[in-house]
Amino acid sequence: MKSGDTLGALAVQFATLSLVAFGGANAVIPEIHRQAVDVRHWMTNQDFAALFAIAQAAPGPNFLVSTLVGWKAAGILGALVATAGMCAPSCLVTFWVAKVWDRYRETQWRMAVGAGLAPVTVGFICSSAFVLVRAADADWRLALVTAASAGVVYFTRLNPLWCLAAAAALGVAGAFG
Amino acid sequence: MTERPGPAALFAAFFSIAISGFGGTLPFARRVLVERRAWLTADDFTETLSLCQSLPGPNVVNMSIVVGARSCGWRGSAAAFAGLVGTPVLVVIGLGALYTRFGGLTEIRHALVGLGAAASGLVVATAARMAEPLLKTRPLVAAPFIVSAFAAVALLHWPLPYVLLALAPISIAAAWWWRLRSA
Repeated sequence: MKSGDTLGALAVQFATLSLVAFGGANAVIPEIHRQAVDVRHWMTNQDFAALFAIAQAAPGPNFLVSTLVGWKAAGILGALVATAGMCAPSCLVTFWVAKVWDRYRETQWRMAVGAGLAPVTVGFICSSAFVLVRAADADWRLALVTAASAGVVYFTRLNPLWCLAAAAALGVAGAFG
Repeated sequence: MTERPGPAALFAAFFSIAISGFGGTLPFARRVLVERRAWLTADDFTETLSLCQSLPGPNVVNMSIVVGARSCGWRGSAAAFAGLVGTPVLVVIGLGALYTRFGGLTEIRHALVGLGAAASGLVVATAARMAEPLLKTRPLVAAPFIVSAFAAVALLHWPLPYVLLALAPISIAAAWWWRLRSA
C-alpha cells in the first residue's frame, strides 16, 4: 500500500473513532484492533499487545495507543495523523458543547442520554478487555498475571503502575520464557 | 470557576497532569485543578467530569478543552491541550522507536509480554468497576445493552460505530422510560 493511502486510512479511521469514543479511548480498542490487525494487517496480534502495553506504561492520557498504531503503520507522520484524528473531531465537539452546556445541564433528556450511553460503553470496554486478554495471554502463566493485576486494581487503591512494573520484572527474570 | 488562568498557566497545569499521570490521568487532574491550583471547586470538577464523560473522545483531553475554554476561550483550550498531549506523544513515539530497534531482544520481548498481560488486567478491572454500579442500580435496563454491545463487538466482530448507532437509541429510550417509571 502506498504511504499516502495508509495516512488517509489512518485519518479516516481515527477521526471516526474520535466521534464514537464515548467512555474514552478504551471503549474503541476493539475497533482499533480489528482495523490494525484483521482488516489492514499493519501489525500482528503480539505487536498490538506490546504497543498497548507501552502506551499504558508511558505517562499521559491512555489514547496514546492510537499514536503508536499510527506510528507502526506509517512512521512519524502516521503517529501525528492518528493522534490528530483521535483528538480533533471530539475536541471541536467538546469546545462547542462547553459553550451551550449550562443551558441543558439539568434537563431530563440530557440525563437520559448519559444514562443510556453508559451500558453500551461498558459493553465496549468489556470487549476491549476481551480483545486485549486474548492478544496478551499466550499461556496460563500470563493469564495468571492478568488475573492478579485485575484483582489488585479492582480490590485495592494501589497505583496500577506497580502491577505493570512487577509483571515486566517477572518477564525479564524469565518467568514467561 | 473561581479564577481565570491565562494560556501559559493552563499549559503548565496540564503539562504537570500529563507527566505525572502514569496509569490514568484523571486522579492527577483532580489533584492539580482542585487541590493544588484551586481553579475548580470539588463540585465544579465533578460536574465538568460528567460533561466530559458524556461527550465522545478521551475524557481528560475533553477536560483540557472545557477548562481552557471557560478561562480564556479557544486560546485557553489550545494551550491546555498542547500541555496535556505534546510531551506524552513525543515520549511514546520514542518508546515505539526503541521497541522497533530492540523489540527483538529476548529480555525486552519477555518484559513486554509480562507488561501486556498486566496491562490487559487493568482494563478487566476498569470494565468490572464500570459495570458494577449499573448492574446494582438498574440491572434490567443496563444488562441487556452491556451484553449485546459485548456480543456484537467482541464475539461477532461487527464494526463498533454501527453497533453504537444501533444500540444507543434503544438504550437511551430504555433509560428515559426507567427515569419516568422511578420518578
